Amino acid sequence: MALLEVKDLHVSFNTDDGAVRAARGVSFSVDRGQTLGIVGESGSGKSVSTQSIVGLARGGSVTGEAIFDGRDLLTMHRDELQKVRGAQIAMIFQDPLSSLHPFYRVDWQICEMIRAHEPRTDAKAARARAIDLLKLVGIPQAERRVDDFPHQFSGGMRQRAMIAMAMALNPALLIADEPTTALDVTVQAQVLRVIERLQNEFGTAVILITHDLGVVAEIADDVVVMYAGAVVETADRDELFYRNHHPYTEGLLRSLPAYGGERARLIPITGQPPSLIKLPTGCKFHPRCPYAFDRCRAEEPPLALVYGSSSHRSSCWLPHTVEGRESTRAQLLGGRTVG
Amino acid sequence: MARFLLRRIAQGIVVMILVTILVFLIFFGSGSQIDVARRLAGRNASQQTIASITHRLHLNESLPAQYWHFVVQLVWHHNLGYSYYHTQPVSTIIGHAIPITLSLAIGAAVIWLVLGVLSGVTAAVRRGSVMDRVFTGLALFFYSLPTFVLGLLLLFLVYFQLAKRGIRIFPGQGYTGITSNPLKWLESMILPWFTLALVSAATYMRLTRGSLLEVLGEDYIRTARAKGLPERRVIFRHGLRSSLTPVVSQLGIDLGTLVGGAIVTETVFGMPGLGYTAVTSITNQDLPVIIGIVIVASGSVVVANILVDIFYAVLDPRVRLH
Repeated sequence: MALLEVKDLHVSFNTDDGAVRAARGVSFSVDRGQTLGIVGESGSGKSVSTQSIVGLARGGSVTGEAIFDGRDLLTMHRDELQKVRGAQIAMIFQDPLSSLHPFYRVDWQICEMIRAHEPRTDAKAARARAIDLLKLVGIPQAERRVDDFPHQFSGGMRQRAMIAMAMALNPALLIADEPTTALDVTVQAQVLRVIERLQNEFGTAVILITHDLGVVAEIADDVVVMYAGAVVETADRDELFYRNHHPYTEGLLRSLPAYGGERARLIPITGQPPSLIKLPTGCKFHPRCPYAFDRCRAEEPPLALVYGSSSHRSSCWLPHTVEGRESTRAQLLGGRTVG
Repeated sequence: MARFLLRRIAQGIVVMILVTILVFLIFFGSGSQIDVARRLAGRNASQQTIASITHRLHLNESLPAQYWHFVVQLVWHHNLGYSYYHTQPVSTIIGHAIPITLSLAIGAAVIWLVLGVLSGVTAAVRRGSVMDRVFTGLALFFYSLPTFVLGLLLLFLVYFQLAKRGIRIFPGQGYTGITSNPLKWLESMILPWFTLALVSAATYMRLTRGSLLEVLGEDYIRTARAKGLPERRVIFRHGLRSSLTPVVSQLGIDLGTLVGGAIVTETVFGMPGLGYTAVTSITNQDLPVIIGIVIVASGSVVVANILVDIFYAVLDPRVRLH
């Protein structure tokens, strides 16, 4: 059984301009010890989906199911959910400087986390654990640095400290929401290594939210691609990178520098993501899709199995066989190239 | 920290030197020496008094020399001058007034802080609720109420209307020292405290509400919630702690000004504090006392500002490095 199984999650926020439909029928699951990458542009609903599961999307109305370790997080009482947060489901966020409290020492912030869930831990033991955790994530001179304030750390160290704090209670699931976006490229890789190492050591499942397919390629087992609040394609990593079906996924890959060899030009996806208040009819991607035909504008495609696989799903009207998709694509382009 | 402190104190001293020069120039720098002596002597002074003042303040010497004597008297002898109207040293007069003003200022500050911050937190946490609207409305009401109206209103309702029915809880006027009778002191302070506090609490409520709302949108508040902390702890330990900065700087300004005399409140309640003394000195043209109060009041503003800066550094660890 999956550690976390999210089914048909809907999240919407009421604003003066109308309801913002941030997530529309999102489903995904993560097994113990596995890594799920959730990919999409800003505003595609990746963060909202995960935050609403743990009760952090405040002010939104949430429906659906999120079964974690046999219990539905969405129907759970607030106090129960509070105990799950931090202890069983830990989170790290994009900007480690603004995510750590600027007025408290790193030591204090980690110990607070430990003692919030294990009130019987005395101050000394908690501090010793904080130091061990900092060592674990590779902070040099942890005994001394533990007394620093976050602003005395470098960007990479802050994110390591966030990871140390998140791992303090050995959670079953770590939700990493754009953990490397605010970091230098060289530091990004280090931070990903730390996450990967801890995951192997503790058997933690990871949900990695990112807009960077390169990051997904490095550590994800399975990938969910989101667009305009819905899942448009899901597959295991290799399948997604080498046999993607949805034109949006294809577009994301084309806009990666490494795709198609060194000399290839980067091809951006044209247009803007749609407004979540006034969504397009039919397939939500059709205004930006190079292959869009009549049916795409009228009917929203279901998330269906493709290529005869048992796990690769795509919500696109293109034929569900490799040959069919290729020939239809070529026909639709009619000699044009994408881009 | 020590360097920061020394630098702030040095800056404070520079400000005080500038203040004394300004005060000196305003009161001593204009007119002939006889004019100055006459002004300081007050109304109906004898020729003899004027001569003695001229001698005592070295008025026949050059301006810089006079200033030097003025400062030496002030710093070394804590001598603020002599009130010929009261035939008392100015320091004695101010010394009597300071405890009254301090009791008033500190007590009122405690009340307005508690009222203002707590209602501000409630309003921010339940933003848009009935409570938020009620507190915001009350704040606007008290904020637009002048102190003299509120003071008189309180006197009318709580003192006069009760006294008419034979209930005398609060004295209408006057002040009892805390050392002579603590209970009477408390009774005499309550109405003036609330007069000052209700008006200021409004400012603090709005400040706290705005600042806390901003902080609650910060990433580290989301982290605190993600850590599974109880909401109360998220609000107070993580949110309020950071949102106190503007509150503290406002408190510094308010307390500094208040210690210089709560003129209206002291006058309405007949409490001979610094503000009241300043007003009567102006009516009596008792110039030496006015000079003394100006110096003490500006000193208190300077000290309050240094205290605020120290408190900043304690509150926000990032301040120390910059």
